[in-house]
Amino acid sequence: MAAMSIEERDILQTAQDLRWEVGQDFHEQLMENIYAEAAQLADRAVTWPDEKPRFDLDRTIDRLVTSRLWGFPLMILLFTFVFWLTITGANFPSQFLATILLDTIYPLLLQGAEAIGMPWWLSGILIDGIYLATAWVVSVMLPPMAIFFPLFTLLEDFGYLPRMAFNLDNIFHKAGTHGKQSLSMMMGFGCNAAGVISTRIIDSPRERLVAIITNNFALCNGRWPTQILVATLFIGALVPPYMAGLVSALAVVGIAMLGVLLTFVISFGLTRSVLQGEVSTFSLELPPYRPPRFWQTIYTSLIDRTFPVLWRAILFAIPAGAVIWLVANITIGGTSIAEYLIDFLNPLGILIGLNGIILLAYVVAIPANEIVIPTILMFTVLVLGVNGGDGAGVMFELNSALQTKALLVAGGWTLLTAINLMLFSLIHNPCSTTIYTIYKETGSKRWTTLSALLPLALGFIVTFVVAQVWRLFFGAG
Amino acid sequence: MTTEPNTQTRPQKVQSDSACATCPMHNAGILLKLGVDMTDWDYVIALAGNPNTGKSTVFNALTGLRQHTGNWPGKTVTRAEGGYSYGDARYKMVDLPGTYSLLSTSLDEEVARDFILFAQPDVTIIVVDATRLERNLNLALQVLEITDRAVLCLNLMDEAKRHGLVLDDRRLARDLGIPVVPCSARSGEGIPELLQAVHDVATGKTICKPYRLKNESPAIRRALNVLVPKIKAAFPDMPNPQWVALRLLDGDQRIAEAVRLGELGDLNQQSSLVAEPSFQIPLEVV
Repeated sequence: MAAMSIEERDILQTAQDLRWEVGQDFHEQLMENIYAEAAQLADRAVTWPDEKPRFDLDRTIDRLVTSRLWGFPLMILLFTFVFWLTITGANFPSQFLATILLDTIYPLLLQGAEAIGMPWWLSGILIDGIYLATAWVVSVMLPPMAIFFPLFTLLEDFGYLPRMAFNLDNIFHKAGTHGKQSLSMMMGFGCNAAGVISTRIIDSPRERLVAIITNNFALCNGRWPTQILVATLFIGALVPPYMAGLVSALAVVGIAMLGVLLTFVISFGLTRSVLQGEVSTFSLELPPYRPPRFWQTIYTSLIDRTFPVLWRAILFAIPAGAVIWLVANITIGGTSIAEYLIDFLNPLGILIGLNGIILLAYVVAIPANEIVIPTILMFTVLVLGVNGGDGAGVMFELNSALQTKALLVAGGWTLLTAINLMLFSLIHNPCSTTIYTIYKETGSKRWTTLSALLPLALGFIVTFVVAQVWRLFFGAG
Repeated sequence: MTTEPNTQTRPQKVQSDSACATCPMHNAGILLKLGVDMTDWDYVIALAGNPNTGKSTVFNALTGLRQHTGNWPGKTVTRAEGGYSYGDARYKMVDLPGTYSLLSTSLDEEVARDFILFAQPDVTIIVVDATRLERNLNLALQVLEITDRAVLCLNLMDEAKRHGLVLDDRRLARDLGIPVVPCSARSGEGIPELLQAVHDVATGKTICKPYRLKNESPAIRRALNVLVPKIKAAFPDMPNPQWVALRLLDGDQRIAEAVRLGELGDLNQQSSLVAEPSFQIPLEVV
């Protein structure tokens, strides 16, 4: 410690002595003082209108969206509507992109490679691995994200999110955590890494840890597309086409709500076990409703959310595509590495109602949840040896949702697989960016490990139980 | 005012971590740690204010960046940085987390407080919501306790008009002792005037005489009368002895530590205490 001069020591000592004189409630006195002077200044500067408007629209909307009775149903309704728009709206552009990227450009690339005499392994890695994985990411992810994020941002700009936080606050309080956790959770619905950083608004380290550990249960950008796609293919298909969009949307909302429920349950468990302590109170300011500036919001959410997320997915898809092609094509004793791995993971996968491919995909996708679905599809093609012409390691042309589903069904998928994949996508370890952020924020290897392993263990337990119950009632599925 | 701002867009700076940054001997100093490269800038401007008063909108309006602005408190918890040039001068702009006060201990408040205290920006723009002036002035008064050089941006004037409020900005400016600029940052109204006011304070054309808390309870006043002269004697250059005294009386350990290390009077702004946001906007990092 640097040498302290006498003057400085004197200052600190005097302050220490004076603290006894000013009394325990110094902080409150000071705050009251500031408030009083602020009120005085404001009073001199502001002239209020003579008459209050009789009808206050903001107040009326607030009373409705934060009411005990209507708050939650309205919340669910609103989100169902958002997902319904996303799912219905994404169909056409998805198909369009798949047609261009997979049906048109892909064969052209193959022909081109053949024409210039590119060695088979190089065109394999470049075209069948990297290009296809990237094309898949774009065509699967871009349309839903281009619709969902702007809608979500519009809700945010309008001022709905704090109301949602207000509705949830009560439950958080009962779970023994800070009400501001509802805000960091909202942030997590965009990106968990951002959600973890946003827990800085929570004063108490204990409550902040709870918020950090449970943030993973808020479905993030990278996982919405998985949920939306699987729900569309398997859940929506259970009902007549005119209801498919709505039912798929409800399934996605259901998963998101389950995430919220888990947040409460795990918070409750943590505050009753390793993180016991007093609950702090806080005041949440409900901002005024502001009509969002529509086009600018659309533009900024595309720039700030959709494209960065897509770009990140592409960055991770490029090496993943190469790795996938390599493990599928490097053989040991006539069997590819991928098949060894999948065979190894299969028993565990089947046990929890998934399969080896899905588990392997989750290992490959640790850096980014975004590429789970493309990876699953590529591996499914590899193992089945289904091909559009050129043998193992080549994805065939999946230009419609129906074909995608046909492929997955051929890969042994059932309704149980789909449901458990949705569950597992919600409940598993955070992506590596988030884990790194948790480490940076907590500075603790122990809490970081807990944050990573707790959801993973929970995911295995939940999918295992669901699989067992399902098989009990519906037979082997 | 007719001056048209020459607004430039600069990429946000992403901080890199090195082992050196954590070393106490890292006396390249706070400037580097804060990611504020002042060599390239004539003035550093901090943007403070309550959550959800449109700070980020003002930030975007001045820097030309398009950081997403949310309609909810707590959108910005770390600092965002950008720059603009106006007249002949180049300004670095730092958007601080929105907070209700600078007196508690949560990390976002510390980030905001430490920046104003230790990095000593040339001008602090305090963004307030014109429709909630009373509540917003609480923070404004606390900022004015710390710094002399501030401009009050009376934002959301359009909403205030809609609610039928009439605001006397001249009177407020006289009372607070700093320039007050009515704005509607969303539509860009008042931004040229704001730029000019910031310029005038930065260049010393406008001298602020900020309002300082005066109506303390007798007990607090007595304590301040003892403590403030001692602080003034030890740190003659300190712009905010009363505020430091208040913090010491409140038992603020970080400020006590800063006094102990003799950092507060040091205008070279070296501190080991500044809470450094460990990283900025995550999507940018990827």
